[in-house]
Amino acid sequence: MTVMEQRGAYRPTPPPAWQPRTDPAPLLPDAEPYRVLGTEAAAGADPELLRRLYAELVKGRRYNAQATALTKQGRLAVYPSSTGQEACEVAAALVLEERDWLFPSYRDTLAVVARGVDPVEALTLLRGDWHTGYDPQQHRVAPLSTPLATQLPHAVGLAHAARLKGDDVVALAMVGDGGTSEGDFHEALNFAAVWQAPVVFFVQNNGFAISVPLAKQTAAPSLAHKAVGYGMPGRLVDGNDAAAVHEVLADAVRRARAGGGPTLVEAITYRVEAHTNADDATRYRGDAEVETWKRHDPIALLEQELTARGLLDEAAADSVRQDAETMAAALRAHMNRDPELDPMDLFAHVYAEPTPQLLEQREQLRAELAAEAEPEGAQ
Amino acid sequence: MTTVAVKPATMAQALTRALRDAMAADPSVHVMGEDVGTLGGVFRVTDGLAKEFGEDRCTDTPLAEAGILGTAVGMAMYGLRPVVEMQFDAFAYPAFEQLVSHVAKMRNRTRGRMPLPLTVRIPYGGGIGGVEHHSDSSEAYYMATPGLHVVTPATVADAYGLLRAAIASDDPVVFLEPKRLYWSKDSWNPEEPTSVEPIGRAVVRRSGRSATLITYGPSVPVCMEAAEAARAEGWDLEVVDLRSLVPFDDETVCASVRRTGRAVVVHESGGFGGPGGEIAARVTERCFHHLEAPVLRVAGFDLPYPPPMLERHHLPGVDRILDAVGRLQWEAES
Ligand SMILES: Cc1ncc(C[n+]2csc(CCOP(=O)(O)OP(=O)(O)O)c2C)c(N)n1
Repeated sequence: MTVMEQRGAYRPTPPPAWQPRTDPAPLLPDAEPYRVLGTEAAAGADPELLRRLYAELVKGRRYNAQATALTKQGRLAVYPSSTGQEACEVAAALVLEERDWLFPSYRDTLAVVARGVDPVEALTLLRGDWHTGYDPQQHRVAPLSTPLATQLPHAVGLAHAARLKGDDVVALAMVGDGGTSEGDFHEALNFAAVWQAPVVFFVQNNGFAISVPLAKQTAAPSLAHKAVGYGMPGRLVDGNDAAAVHEVLADAVRRARAGGGPTLVEAITYRVEAHTNADDATRYRGDAEVETWKRHDPIALLEQELTARGLLDEAAADSVRQDAETMAAALRAHMNRDPELDPMDLFAHVYAEPTPQLLEQREQLRAELAAEAEPEGAQ
Repeated sequence: MTTVAVKPATMAQALTRALRDAMAADPSVHVMGEDVGTLGGVFRVTDGLAKEFGEDRCTDTPLAEAGILGTAVGMAMYGLRPVVEMQFDAFAYPAFEQLVSHVAKMRNRTRGRMPLPLTVRIPYGGGIGGVEHHSDSSEAYYMATPGLHVVTPATVADAYGLLRAAIASDDPVVFLEPKRLYWSKDSWNPEEPTSVEPIGRAVVRRSGRSATLITYGPSVPVCMEAAEAARAEGWDLEVVDLRSLVPFDDETVCASVRRTGRAVVVHESGGFGGPGGEIAARVTERCFHHLEAPVLRVAGFDLPYPPPMLERHHLPGVDRILDAVGRLQWEAES
């Protein structure tokens, strides 16, 4: 008798009326990540969408490079690059309607920019001049969340509220592979499934949480498998295949919008750069692995498809690269200006009405600054 | 008599050495946390431990603070001495439930039958230009939770000595590591590293007669600097480094205040509901008749920690301390 059979024997007999709530089979992810590029499915992909994805990928890569360069010049405090993961970032933004909401994690600046947030405003947090530069209401983008997985329950709550109000709004929440270990991940998925909230949970599995590889993060067959236990479908997709990521996320968004409840999508991808500019990736991974992944580059994959189908010629590719350069130049120009900060802003947004204690502290700082500004010896 | 070379070492190095020596001395000491193994921790404090002691004793855990501390509770229940690393101050909050509901209360709930000898290391505080959620001073939360010891070193020697003592303690210790002092250097004798005051004792870092600066952790060097600067204005300041917030060393603090008659409490966490309120009250209760002026507090503003470009306006610096010292010339009518 195998262990499994034995264990079966200890199971309490279910009462006669007991039935599983859901047959888990349709919820289970496929064994292999879903792919479009380089397969027959590619023929069905919309050329306009592919071109748009391509342009955004190229811009995104350039953005990552520019932001990383800015850390070297001391213009950014820190930058977590998403180079190699651009397909996920871009698809997450493009798949949403204007009225939908995006809940990004700290690495997801590109998704935020692709959603229409000003590239400079998207960097305020990392630059250090304020915590969130953009207006979440205007763009329907929550602040980049630094504490991991804590934004997931927010996405569920927002989507639930929209549903209660009769609004046709979907929330897409992004999280890393490491973040799926946090308790908040579990609670968010469970709430979403119980409430049938219109949420898409999008895991970018890039192999590492700083230095910790996936094998030390989970023993599950895949992160997408985690969905099943909550009663929602899990989907597995090649995270470097922009067309596939877009299709899978679009399906999930459609399902959510139609009242079908949440989906967990896991994209298999790779973080090509170090965790941030402050990290030494050679401590935990070898060059060979990185090189292998570089050969499965999201831009190259899409480029091959576009070229093979005659959807991209040299002139079009040039113009895409030119746009990316223009964006990078503008970003550089803005970031090289010292931000003008008013220290008084420290007190501006702690409460709707400042407390008497804060007003006192504000006057204290005002006096200190005035004293500082006095020319030497003028007393 | 042997003479040992007293070499400069950083606080981070002393902490690493403390962990290593504790692990070598006692096989029940286990280090665990996010990135503590292969990477050696994001501040490299656990560097080399996984290699030397194996991954079972220096373990990269899944990314889950409640899980890390919760499993450490179980490990301690079974006789191990876990030393847990929380990556940054604000990332310890998911573990708050475990800390407050279980770690702090286990001895009490079990009428002493189930002590929890575990150490929670938390890099804390600002001044390193970190983005959001990387600069919190959370000591007031921990201080307000009976059942925990709360300690924070300000010198290289203390970093070693206090961490060894924390790991050896039969009670849970929240060990707050001032991030901005990780790279501070000091001459330090690694051959006699434990000769520091035990947990629960404050030390006078600088003696003086006109007033006492009561401080701890990252604010200690700032107070030392302020004391130097105050000499020019005729003030001879004493600096008391608390080292341990719980237990609190009333004796050393009050002895100092009785000598000087004046006191300022300095810390970078917010003043309202902050550690300074407790300290000022204790000093007033015990030294009322010796005080020439009210006990003043110099603290961070009562704000969520500001972005890096504004943090210098928030952190109590030398000027703000000197200003408070000036106000100690208390007069009845003011
Ligand atoms: C609650 C919490 N714990 C720890 C951290 C510190 N931290 C920042 S990023 C990171 C790794 C995240 O890995 P993963 O979720 O896989 O996302 P990725 O970095 O790969 O995008 C850690 C541990 C944090 N930000 N929040």
